[in-house]
Amino acid sequence: MAKILSIVESAYRATLEEQDDTVLWFNHMLANAGVELAVLLRGNAVNYLSRGQEVGELTFGSAGLGNPPKLGEDVAALKARGKVPVYYVEEDARERGLEGSGLVEAGPVSRAELPRFVAGYDRVFHW
Amino acid sequence: MSTITILSMDAPYESANSTTALRIVDAAIRKGHNVNVFAYEGAVSYTLTTQKPHQNPVKGTSVEEERHPTTKDWVAGLLAAAGEKGVKLDWVRCGLCEDERGAFDQVPGTRRGGPADFVKQVAASDNVLVIPTK
Repeated sequence: MAKILSIVESAYRATLEEQDDTVLWFNHMLANAGVELAVLLRGNAVNYLSRGQEVGELTFGSAGLGNPPKLGEDVAALKARGKVPVYYVEEDARERGLEGSGLVEAGPVSRAELPRFVAGYDRVFHW
Repeated sequence: MSTITILSMDAPYESANSTTALRIVDAAIRKGHNVNVFAYEGAVSYTLTTQKPHQNPVKGTSVEEERHPTTKDWVAGLLAAAGEKGVKLDWVRCGLCEDERGAFDQVPGTRRGGPADFVKQVAASDNVLVIPTK
């Protein structure tokens, strides 16, 4: 079966209404179905590695969120339960001040390494 | 008490724009202001009554556990909140946009209209915010 790389760049797109990120969710479903894939976070999506994200209460009248999104936990679950390797563009993280122990552990890939890294996959989905 | 008008174009569940628009409506109502909303293009689907919460197979949660929000419930909540606060929430849906999308089952308390209704809303407003689709 082809090895797939999902490059996730769009971030925080309807995550409140969906209670998760639909692209991460889709990739987790693919992994559960036995697809061999890896995820590369780039651009603003590198912030999904942060474990310190807090979504406060949000209500409209009596209607609110059931389970607010926990994107750091979702990335960690993608790795742990979905067995999906997760990588990130290290310059994108550094530019946003994302460093240290508060991040989900993932593999750094420099911009210079990207062509060779991407060439290691049979199919590339850029979200 | 002021009156504001917000035009929103984005479909629900696709961007942060829809949640942002609803949060502004919510804040205005809480502060005692009248709000007009013109739901244009994909935004007519905010109020589709056929929306259903669903389970989450990735997290292994049932429909009851997931408690997935729906924008039709959020808008219904805003309409109820406006009523309790004694302010007006005039929610107009673009009728032709509904027709081309087959978006016919709509939350009671909202109404079908067109660009002329938006013009009337704007004329009666102290301020207007258009949130376009990018």
